[in-house]
Amino acid sequence: MNLSHSNPVTLPAGRDVRGKLSRDDVIMRGGMIVIALYLVVTLAFPLYAMLSKSFSTFRFELAQYEFQVSDEAGVFDGTILNGAQLNQSTGAYSGGDLAAGSDSRLAVTPFFPDFSFRSPVQYQIRNASDTGRFLVGSDLYDDTDWLTLDSNTFRRVQLRPVKSRGIDNFVNYFSTPALFNSIKNSLWIAVVSTIVTVTLAFWFAYALNRSCMRFKGLFRLVAMAPILVPSLLPGIALVYLFGNQGMLKELLFGASIYGPIGIVIGSVFFTFPHAFLIISTALAISDARLYEAAISLRATPWRTFWTVTIPGARYGLISAAFVVFNLVITDFGLPKVIGGQFNVLAVDIYKQVIGQQNFEMGAVVSVVLVVPAILAFAIDRLVQSKQVALLSARSVPYQPTPNPRVDRIFLAYSTLVALFIVGILAVCQFAALIKFWPYDLNLSLNNYAFDKMDGGGWASYFNSIKLGLLTAVIGTSVVFFGAYLVEKSNGFKVGRALFQMFAMLPMAIPGMVLGLAYIFFFNNPANPLNPIYGTMAILVICTVTHFYTVSHLTAVTALKQMDREFESVSSSLKQPTMKLFARVTVPVCLPAVLDISIYLFVNAMTTVSAVVFLYSPKTTLASVAVLNMDDAGDIAPAAAMGMMIFYTNAVARILHLIASKGVLARTQAWRNR
Amino acid sequence: MIDTPAAAAPYLNIESLWKAFGDFLALKDISLNIKEGEFVCFLGPSGCGKTTLLRAIAGLDLQTRGRVMQDGRDVSNLPPSERDFGIVFQSYALFPNLTIEKNIAFGLENTGRNKAEITARVAELLQLVGLPEQGRKYPAQLSGGQQQRIALARAIATNPGLLLLDEPLSALDAKVRVHLRHEIKELQRQLGVTTVMVTHDQEEALAMADRIVVMNQGVIEQVGSPTEIYREPANLFVADFIGEMNQISALAGPSGVVRIGESDMQARPHAFQPGAAIIAAIRPEDVIPHGKGARSPGAPDRIKSPENAFEVLVDEMEFLGSFWRCRLQNERFGGGELIADFSINAVRRLELAAGTQMMIELPRNRLMAFARSEYGA
Ligand SMILES: Nc1ncnc2c1ncn2[C@@H]1O[C@H](COP(=O)(O)OP(=O)(O)OP(=O)(O)O)[C@@H](O)[C@H]1O
Ligand SMILES: [Mg+2]
Repeated sequence: MNLSHSNPVTLPAGRDVRGKLSRDDVIMRGGMIVIALYLVVTLAFPLYAMLSKSFSTFRFELAQYEFQVSDEAGVFDGTILNGAQLNQSTGAYSGGDLAAGSDSRLAVTPFFPDFSFRSPVQYQIRNASDTGRFLVGSDLYDDTDWLTLDSNTFRRVQLRPVKSRGIDNFVNYFSTPALFNSIKNSLWIAVVSTIVTVTLAFWFAYALNRSCMRFKGLFRLVAMAPILVPSLLPGIALVYLFGNQGMLKELLFGASIYGPIGIVIGSVFFTFPHAFLIISTALAISDARLYEAAISLRATPWRTFWTVTIPGARYGLISAAFVVFNLVITDFGLPKVIGGQFNVLAVDIYKQVIGQQNFEMGAVVSVVLVVPAILAFAIDRLVQSKQVALLSARSVPYQPTPNPRVDRIFLAYSTLVALFIVGILAVCQFAALIKFWPYDLNLSLNNYAFDKMDGGGWASYFNSIKLGLLTAVIGTSVVFFGAYLVEKSNGFKVGRALFQMFAMLPMAIPGMVLGLAYIFFFNNPANPLNPIYGTMAILVICTVTHFYTVSHLTAVTALKQMDREFESVSSSLKQPTMKLFARVTVPVCLPAVLDISIYLFVNAMTTVSAVVFLYSPKTTLASVAVLNMDDAGDIAPAAAMGMMIFYTNAVARILHLIASKGVLARTQAWRNR
Repeated sequence: MIDTPAAAAPYLNIESLWKAFGDFLALKDISLNIKEGEFVCFLGPSGCGKTTLLRAIAGLDLQTRGRVMQDGRDVSNLPPSERDFGIVFQSYALFPNLTIEKNIAFGLENTGRNKAEITARVAELLQLVGLPEQGRKYPAQLSGGQQQRIALARAIATNPGLLLLDEPLSALDAKVRVHLRHEIKELQRQLGVTTVMVTHDQEEALAMADRIVVMNQGVIEQVGSPTEIYREPANLFVADFIGEMNQISALAGPSGVVRIGESDMQARPHAFQPGAAIIAAIRPEDVIPHGKGARSPGAPDRIKSPENAFEVLVDEMEFLGSFWRCRLQNERFGGGELIADFSINAVRRLELAAGTQMMIELPRNRLMAFARSEYGA
């Protein structure tokens, strides 16, 4: 009686059975490819365009030009002068002068010290090679024929640079202290802000989770408020509080709020809710049994804190730290408003591109900024995957016991933090309603007359709402459908893994970088997608892509909670998967769908960094208007517009809450048994 | 089941099926025929590949090698939607946001039936599974057993040729389980639908199946009717997995003889070389208890094969409701013990109690010989 499996058995040679694709498989794979292509076109291609831009250099190659000069009678003697030699003999341009941008031009008259535009001397110029190009006025010459010009016209000759690939831009960047100092600055404020925010948020979350103080719901609400405003709004409040004419200026003892101090305080404000949420979740899931064990071992509260609480929340703390670090180092609005002379990377990108029109250098700074952002992102993902493992362990939620003295201390602390947050918002609202700080303190609505200011007026506000709604509707559809396809389709493993990777990428890309990459990609006349440049469409696409990752993760989490066999049942019943999607998946996941839409809406309202490069006069946005009005010195209207964004988002959140409740009550009657 | 020739033709034909997950082989050369109208159970320990085989039949996870023929049609590489089956999962997989009616009607839509027909069919199915009043409720409002009946109704709504059940009862508590067992069996008989059910519960398989496929580590150990599997296990794995089995280290004698300890005993015919190390096996309920005088020719419970009878010490007795489980000792078992199940009647008649000596007989046609295997007998 020899049992077959006691022998080593191996798969017989031959080809694996390949399944015939059903119509649903084809539809689902097709859909997945379409959405993956969307991500490739709106993310991978622009980033590639940016990367290649950072490596493209422009230089004036003087050896490519030849000249002849006539005598006073206009007769040429046949002597050919090379541009490079002329420069050497005259010393007209230094090596640095010859490094160029894509739009640079170089005049040629300095090669001829005797030149006078009134003289009767004639000049001849030609390109010595095919790559040479020069302009006369606005006419481009790129052939190698001699061109004869009188002195007056010769004055208008300008050489054009030659494009090549290389690391010159980077060399240039790292040899310019004014530029590379920003790396240090950025890291410095990011680290300091991270330490301060995580510490504050930890104790705040601790108070809410581990004490029996009162008003927890209110504190939770206040803690989340900064999410509803653009990151630059606290900057405006700080100007009012501590600026040159600030209300509390004396508190700084002569230090200036314009610079690292302002950036750090503002960063703490706008990153606080993110850190609070993550740490609060980590504290909420920690295991009560460990505390019981600690008590039975008679550990002191101090010891328990260090041996139980901190280790239990460590993944949350690390994750929060990296998220905050990333938010601060990639933020543009706040340092733009309050940074003063303190240069940081994100603002450098803006200055290079908008101020100096040096796109190549903008691309270089972007590449430099992407490095820490991707690192922080990668570490955060690693830590999060560990925390999931922690979560799945069976644990008993911790129930705090009242302790009047400690509870009072926590209440006092939480009140201070809440006052800071509410205070910043209140100052902005106050600033918006004051006629002319600090000279005329009467209330007025003058600052809401946006149409009289730079920044696009009320149209910006309505554009922002339009952008928010479009982003919410289109983004939610694309993201949720994409997540469904990648979660629930069969086989196609490589394709799905690639898709997941693409979906994670946007989180690692700073908004400034994305925006700049969009310029390079979409503003290229050779791109068939060029027509969307300067329209609302590109703003929607950019915003959806910018906030893709968190939305995708929300959708995936919800989908993972659905029974894996729904699709099997549906296909055994010969029903199209799309019917299942519409009739079951979407209704069951409606809470997540609504969460994604509000997330996208709020972010579309507040985002500055990506869209600041992409708006056009017809598509100005409220958040950008805040920036521009502040830039133009209209600080009070900027505050007013910022508060408009706040109220709009607050209303949106309330509507979302009501809608969620209503929808839950109606379509999810099955939830209450 | 009526055994007409037509009904006996294989409805489902599985030929040399293999399934690899990377290097791991979850199914190794599985071949199996299932007749039309048959109720077949895949039975085996956790991880033996039952679900994998079922999903290959359904087309939910394709096999790596091999063929599946259903009703004369090669369905080996067809997607589930192009095959003909209904399926019920352990988790019920009812759509939580649709009412019971809509759940059952889900597969009836887009099949050329009009609304009235669908409503009528749903009512008929609800009647069939014994829940005629529950159509308007949501799944979460029903008990587990009721939900599983709805899942069954949904699976058979379109009259599929094949019904696949993956541990449909294992999420339910014991009582509901036994009850639903009979209902499913009854329903299957009524509809005559060919059914494959996966289970790791041997009682369930024995009670429900026309034929049982015992699987282990990706291979089929034995296929047979419940009585065959129970009475004639093909090997020690099957013998051990189903029911209780005493296993005694022994040596083979000539066919029909096994040597336990010092004595040769009559056993079933076997094919081992004399002297080979084997396992002699007998089920507890097959051990025959005898009174003291059973060896005398005139005794009412006369011993049939005297070589197979010997004295044992009753070491321990445990009352299990309908019978007594007794642990019996004899030096033949090498310090081990023999477990025997005696009827209440026999215990009373023979006045058995812990510590008493008694005579038992191992009937020759119930004493089996198996190869010692890696199962760690
Ligand atoms: N997707 C997969 N990838 C890798 N291995 C798998 C996969 N699915 C199943 N296996 C392995 O194949 C073997 C058989 O799995 P299968 O689910 O068929 O077992 P089963 O007999 O149904 O067990 P159970 O009674 O626990 O449901 C197991 O060892 C399992 O670990
Ligand atoms: Mg299984």
